[in-house]
Amino acid sequence: MDMNELQTKVCTILAENLSIPIEQVTPQARFQEDLDADSLDLVEAVLALEEEFNVTIPEEEMEGVRTVGQAIQLVADKLGVAA
Amino acid sequence: MGIGLETFWSRLTSGKSGVSRIRNFDPAGLPVQIAGEIHDFDPTVWMTPKEAKRTDRVVHFAVAAAKLAWQDAGEPSVDPSRTAVVISTGVGGLTSFVHQLEVMAAKGPDRISPFLVPQMMPNASAGQVAMAFGFTGPNECITTACAAGAHGVGEAFRMVRDGLADAAIAGGTEAAILPITVAGFAQAHALTKNPDPERASRPFDKHRDGFVLSEGACALVLETEEHAAARGARIYAEFAGFGQSADAHHITAPHPEGLGAIQAIEACLQDAGETPEAIDYINAHGTSTQLNDAAETRAIKKVLGDHAYHVAISSTKSMTGHMVGAAGAVEAGVAAMAISRGVIPPTINYETPDEVCDLDYVPNQAREATVRLAVSNAFGFGGHNAVVALRRYDS
Repeated sequence: MDMNELQTKVCTILAENLSIPIEQVTPQARFQEDLDADSLDLVEAVLALEEEFNVTIPEEEMEGVRTVGQAIQLVADKLGVAA
Repeated sequence: MGIGLETFWSRLTSGKSGVSRIRNFDPAGLPVQIAGEIHDFDPTVWMTPKEAKRTDRVVHFAVAAAKLAWQDAGEPSVDPSRTAVVISTGVGGLTSFVHQLEVMAAKGPDRISPFLVPQMMPNASAGQVAMAFGFTGPNECITTACAAGAHGVGEAFRMVRDGLADAAIAGGTEAAILPITVAGFAQAHALTKNPDPERASRPFDKHRDGFVLSEGACALVLETEEHAAARGARIYAEFAGFGQSADAHHITAPHPEGLGAIQAIEACLQDAGETPEAIDYINAHGTSTQLNDAAETRAIKKVLGDHAYHVAISSTKSMTGHMVGAAGAVEAGVAAMAISRGVIPPTINYETPDEVCDLDYVPNQAREATVRLAVSNAFGFGGHNAVVALRRYDS
């Protein structure tokens, strides 16, 4: 899959998981400030991404992930999808 | 039985049953296939989709009941720090726990939801209701099984009476109709084996053989007289007294002579400053088990003496089934409504009298009556007895 496809998939999963409209889930969106997602919400969202893409995202790698774009990049790196 | 007070009261006084074949999952293979389920419940009527996802069904019911009660009370203006919340339950968020057990077995600990603990903990409902309203007054969850709802409203009553709060939302909630609980209760010989959903719950009837498991929630709004009077509140009844005891006898069976029940009823009457002869209506615990209904009848006779034969007694579990942690709260509400509306709901499915249970159980049809003092019994697995008294409020 290419980056566009990945981005769409990740955003769809996040929108569903966080129960927010997909339009709000842009790469620039910040989890806490823009999407009202607290730390537990983020853990749950990451579980959904792990499930969908069959990857493992350890907690240490989640540190510093503040935006949707960073989450997309994290998954992209795991899957070897180039920007 | 419906969502909302008027729907519930209408069905109750019409003698309608809320029991059906289990639909929320496939009960094939289970020894019991009927229950008092709530169908097509949409939690997003009461909370955001995100909140609904993050909370167990038991919390959905609790928040819905609390909001319904608060609306019905006219959404009074209160000091949040002086408003208590007590929401009881039998087992709390069991659905979430059972689901995550499956996830754990299939995928391991790393895939467990971070919300598991706050979803399954029994106090979740009490906490979430406080959050929904912003009430920072005293907040508890009491988990005395089938007596939990009565303990819940009783403790809230004490908080308000003792001056810890001016108002309270008090109630109980339960959403534990799952294959594992049906199997568990069935194995303990607690559930009826009668396959006819609307006729299986038959308290005090000679052919009763166990209870019907149900789910639901009920909340009451309690206030001090001053607080209620000051805002011209519509008052259903005065919360008059609360008594409790333990059987200290057996973990599931009641004391056959109802000794613990006797003690709790007497304590309740004493707390209310009332005599047994003053009771007009008893909403019985009346689970439709051979043991409870007999022991409860004996207890009522012991406390009331000859008046036992002149008091109206009914078990609304004949219609609702047994909502476990919510039952005591629902039934305190029923007692208040009987006083307020002057109608006593029936014990339906009463067909064959029993030698031991020979009192007036308001069989099959609701009865118009002037009810000044009503008592509601709740006796839980573990031997917990909680009895509340409500009386007509004369300002």
